[in-house]
Amino acid sequence: MTNISLEAIDGTRAQPYPGAPDNWKRFFTFSTDHKVIGIQYIITSFFFFLVGGLLSMIMRGELISPETDLVDRTVYNALFTMHGSIMLFLWTFPVLVGLSNYLVPLMIGARDMAFPRLNAVSFWLIPVVGVLMIASFLVPGGPSQSGWWAYPPVSLQNPTGNLINGQVLWILAVAISGVSSIMGGVNFVTTIFKMRAPGMTWFRTPAFVWSVLAAQLIQLYGLPALTAGAVMLLLDLTVGTSFFAPERGGNPVLYQHFFWFYSHPAVYVMVLPVFGVFSEVLPVHARKPLFGYRVIAVSSVLITGISSLVWVHHMFASATPSWMRILFMVSSMLVGVPTGIKVFGWVATIWGGKIRLTTPMLFALGGIVNFVFAGVTGIMLASVPIDIHVNNTYFVVGHFHYVIYGTIVFGIYAAFYHWFSKITGRLYYEGLGKVHFVLTFLGTLLTFLPMHPAGLMGMPRRVASYDPEFAYWNVVASLGGFLLGISTLPFILNMVSSWILGEKAGDNPWRAIGLEWLTSSPPSVENFEETPVVIAAPYGYGTQQPLVEANPNPGLIQPSFMIQSPNSEAV
Amino acid sequence: MKLRAILTLSFLAVLLGFFSLWMAQQSYSWVPPEAAAESKLVDDLFSIFVGLGTFILLGVTIPIVYSLMFHRAGKYDFSDGPHIEGNTLLEVIWTAVPIVLVLGLSTASYRTYDKMSIQGPMELVHLHLPQLVEVANAAPFDNTPQKEIETAQESAPIEDIDVTAKQWSWVFRYPNQNVTSTELHLPVDRRIHLALHSDDVLHGFYVPAFRLKQDIIPNRVIDFEFTPVRIGTYPLRDSLYSGTYFAANQANIVVQSPADYQQWLADAAAQPPSPAYNQANFEYSRGTKSGNIGGWKSVAPASPPIVNYSPQPPVNSSPD
Repeated sequence: MTNISLEAIDGTRAQPYPGAPDNWKRFFTFSTDHKVIGIQYIITSFFFFLVGGLLSMIMRGELISPETDLVDRTVYNALFTMHGSIMLFLWTFPVLVGLSNYLVPLMIGARDMAFPRLNAVSFWLIPVVGVLMIASFLVPGGPSQSGWWAYPPVSLQNPTGNLINGQVLWILAVAISGVSSIMGGVNFVTTIFKMRAPGMTWFRTPAFVWSVLAAQLIQLYGLPALTAGAVMLLLDLTVGTSFFAPERGGNPVLYQHFFWFYSHPAVYVMVLPVFGVFSEVLPVHARKPLFGYRVIAVSSVLITGISSLVWVHHMFASATPSWMRILFMVSSMLVGVPTGIKVFGWVATIWGGKIRLTTPMLFALGGIVNFVFAGVTGIMLASVPIDIHVNNTYFVVGHFHYVIYGTIVFGIYAAFYHWFSKITGRLYYEGLGKVHFVLTFLGTLLTFLPMHPAGLMGMPRRVASYDPEFAYWNVVASLGGFLLGISTLPFILNMVSSWILGEKAGDNPWRAIGLEWLTSSPPSVENFEETPVVIAAPYGYGTQQPLVEANPNPGLIQPSFMIQSPNSEAV
Repeated sequence: MKLRAILTLSFLAVLLGFFSLWMAQQSYSWVPPEAAAESKLVDDLFSIFVGLGTFILLGVTIPIVYSLMFHRAGKYDFSDGPHIEGNTLLEVIWTAVPIVLVLGLSTASYRTYDKMSIQGPMELVHLHLPQLVEVANAAPFDNTPQKEIETAQESAPIEDIDVTAKQWSWVFRYPNQNVTSTELHLPVDRRIHLALHSDDVLHGFYVPAFRLKQDIIPNRVIDFEFTPVRIGTYPLRDSLYSGTYFAANQANIVVQSPADYQQWLADAAAQPPSPAYNQANFEYSRGTKSGNIGGWKSVAPASPPIVNYSPQPPVNSSPD
């Protein structure tokens, strides 16, 4: 990437790789550079975030009044199906894969991912998934209307009778997305096991890398179950097999097991990297080491283990035997232990630090508070008697949006702001960032908090119309939803204008400790001039200990010595 | 500085304790009236979770806000905070406390579950009964609802009613009187036994005022029991997404005194079966004339149920 030398950060270190494309066109190529792929993932998925968000705002428009008075019921059902599917398969998963793709090799001192071509293939499957999902709006009968969980028999009812219908396209898209993610999982696990820099033992590996490893291990054991379930569903739908179709002797509940065996752990696939982001962002902006780093790192892997044994809590009302309800109640509640360890560790990290309320710090802390709230309602949902009341109500919708929006999207925003200067070489506008945070936090509160009382009162989820008794909370949630839509505008403005016009950032504007901050911003194609040799644990704030040995650029190995304002150029 | 922090935080912790208790009390007002014996059990359990949850949520938020207020770096202070990597004692405590908490909450939930004797699949139903008295003695809180369940379980006869869910209507059949209805009438303070059937896809039998929910699975008959304790009209909602007119798939549950209930059964039996009003059929036949945007081909609703009794249309109800 020769544009580095144009920015004159350090002309001697940023030698372009011969033949490397140096302009925006490289983002439209089959590039094998993990940084290009990471940005491809992030931009593509952000586009779908906006698409999914627009769909949700049409839904909130319908729900602002009790009757069905905006869109037809079939349209509403298609909207919530596609909102969920797009937000999960085309936004949350890929954007986190993109962030991990960009950061993991830099954080572990590797030149690229273990399998760069496989990495590019994983990415280029995502636009295929996107095209299939969007194309399903154009086929007769419209897109799938069976929800993102696609339970049979509803998903097997094919009102148009066509072979090519929205449901078939949906299943194909999900299966392809699964293949892409399995490839990604193999790549990440191999990279993290095999390509850490010399001296980077497990307990010198940053918490973010641990959390990505924990998440990708789930992809490896869980996704085959979902993909197999999707293939069986496809066969039931197209060639009339009878895995799940009850009228032909199939068992529709079996599908739920296949689906949730992966799709509950999938939540941890999404939230674990965000835990990693919190663990990276807090020490930098509080100038203190991550409190209980080893325990926090290991707790990620504990979550991976426990998450494999919790899926039946989605099926407490599905005629599940009592022993299963009780067993999975206990296992689901136990998730609260490793996540509790993390939360307490984060609070202790900022306690007594030298805190700067930068935008990434605000998003990280806001995300943690939202996450604790989501955890509290999550423990309630794990309790069988409470779940039997609120299961399939808006209480659940409120709970998981607090996880996915309140925690995961907040963490993603924190990561965008925190590593923006590393990715682009420029600084974002702090004021716009704070406006973005305030709007997002208020929007989240207004949209998702009212869903809890509505659910406790008994409002079922997935409804296009509802009884007038729920109208009050729905009006508030709809107004909040529109506010959330607006809240993305300062973000987009900030990112686009800062990338083009922003102040030059230097290599390490946060004075952060970490291998990714030792290289140039943006990093050269090969990431590091010389492979770094790690000699210390991460997060050495408050010590004078360098992170790596014998660096050709001694000014950058001792970040604690470098006293400079965040806005000034790197030395 | 340290003493001030400890004093401030202890003071806040005490305040927080009272606030959590208050929230636990408030939680009873967030849910519909308790119309079944099971409702009270669930609400008591929920109240415990709300109290603890409030304490934990604010117990994390307050130190964060406190740090943000008092541990900020000065504008020109670029030094680092103290190099504290961890504290084994603290880490052991905050691992052990959640373990104890979740095990305690699991136990409380299990006890509630046991007292409710929720019937899902048939095989485990009767295992619960012998344990009931024993658990009741150990129970720390009000056991009236459980007594009500027990009494109702022992007082014959149990009301047997067939429930059939389809796309998109509910039909209730009283086999002893051979009465069918699109409104579920129940006698108060009796143990009710439902046999849940589905004609097509998955449905969910959900009565918020009873705090009870059970998915209905095609090709299976699911036994379901509960005890209504409060006279009134309550909505029954389909809780498991069942396709196009899912949101309209509602019915009323009317809990009556035994005398009124018998009277209603007798009146209904005297009426000849006739087609009931059905929201899904009404909307489906109206087609795209509703003026709403768009519309794709839907699965056709089953024809309106033919029943002895149906309430005056349209079905649109709220508790009481």
